[in-house]
Amino acid sequence: MDIVKGVLDRSRLAAAKGITAVENEYPEATGIMQALYPHTGRAYILGITGPPGAGKSTLTDKLAKEYRKRGKTVGIIAVDPTSPYSGGAILGDRIRMMDIAMDEGVFIRSMATRGSLGGLSQKTADAVKVLDAFGCDIIIIETVGVGQSEVDIVKTADTTMVVLVPGLGDDIQAIKAGILEIGDLFTINKADREGVEKLHIEIEMMLELSGNKTGWKPPINRTIASESEGVLSVMDSIEAHAKYLKESDELKTRRAESIKTELLAMIAERIRRHINKTVAETRDFENTILRLQQREIDPYSIADDILDKIIKQ
Amino acid sequence: MAEKRIRVLVAKPGLDGHDRGAKVVARALRDAGFEVIYTGIRLTPEQIVETALQEDVNVVALSLLSGAHNTLFPEVTKLLKEKGLNDVLVIGGGVIPDADIPSLKAAGIADIYTPGTPTGKIVEFIKANVK
Repeated sequence: MDIVKGVLDRSRLAAAKGITAVENEYPEATGIMQALYPHTGRAYILGITGPPGAGKSTLTDKLAKEYRKRGKTVGIIAVDPTSPYSGGAILGDRIRMMDIAMDEGVFIRSMATRGSLGGLSQKTADAVKVLDAFGCDIIIIETVGVGQSEVDIVKTADTTMVVLVPGLGDDIQAIKAGILEIGDLFTINKADREGVEKLHIEIEMMLELSGNKTGWKPPINRTIASESEGVLSVMDSIEAHAKYLKESDELKTRRAESIKTELLAMIAERIRRHINKTVAETRDFENTILRLQQREIDPYSIADDILDKIIKQ
Repeated sequence: MAEKRIRVLVAKPGLDGHDRGAKVVARALRDAGFEVIYTGIRLTPEQIVETALQEDVNVVALSLLSGAHNTLFPEVTKLLKEKGLNDVLVIGGGVIPDADIPSLKAAGIADIYTPGTPTGKIVEFIKANVK
């Protein structure tokens, strides 16, 4: 099967196979991405993150429906954590999205984090590119906002929305590390619950404290996603942010930044692989480890020596 | 390093809402190191097949307790073939009379699990038969 041609011809099977190739690091994945790259950069990318149970999938479902009403095609990448014990995962985001599953203008793919060190954001970014080349107008990346890799994933989005719910105890305290700073929009979901006002004030205070360096003030919307309440105002905020990014030229800056991060990460990954092959898998290296264990030498000098050798090659 | 994982769609076709069995199987498969796409109850065969396609799963595990297995299970295997998903292993479970099993197997359901099956047996079957 010619995956590249299939993706460009809008074959859903080809898109699915393309994402698998990227996700499983099949040898053909690089070739596929090379061929698809010129056809990417057209979709608008929306990142949605927040604590488990905040309603991200339900909100994603409602937003996707609204985009479809407006004639846009939608791709969704739903990322869920891999169990560190078994390496398996239960990917359940689709439960909330089954009524858009048959819509030909919607493509949903679940991805597990697989515990790969930093590799996840690259794989997600490549999956986004496959859907971009496939022709999705809007691509939504949905992740649980708990760790650095999840933050890295949504950083590649044009607009990032943080979804919160009232009543998670010390609401913001629990999740403030990292994920609040990346929000271009905030949505308080399940807004019929007690504690909405308190959470709203906390987000506002946090936003004031962090100081606004740009001309964009993150709006805070309230929704009851399961009832579709407030979804339209969220859409308005997304559109407003997209408009702001375009008019202020920040879209260009953001995308340049994201390309730069991606390229540097790719170079680093290639160097890492090179080192694994030429250094780590040699008999010499095993001897070095033994000598280190005996404290005959120190790792600081050895690391410098090895690097010097690699550069000279 | 390639990181291939077995991806399994656990799905409940038809109208019954008894998802305990499907959930137990989903957890057992996760604990065996599989990636399980869980889609909830009351799905049409069309929804299941479209999900299998988009998620590019290796296995579709159907659970059904309404008695409609003779209609819905073969419908899933038929649609999978129509979509070109020829490598997908399909298994089924639920309250299924022994007498129905041969015709289901003939329709492309690779294995059938009735109440009381240890989940380990399902895991072993998938590992041995996945393409």
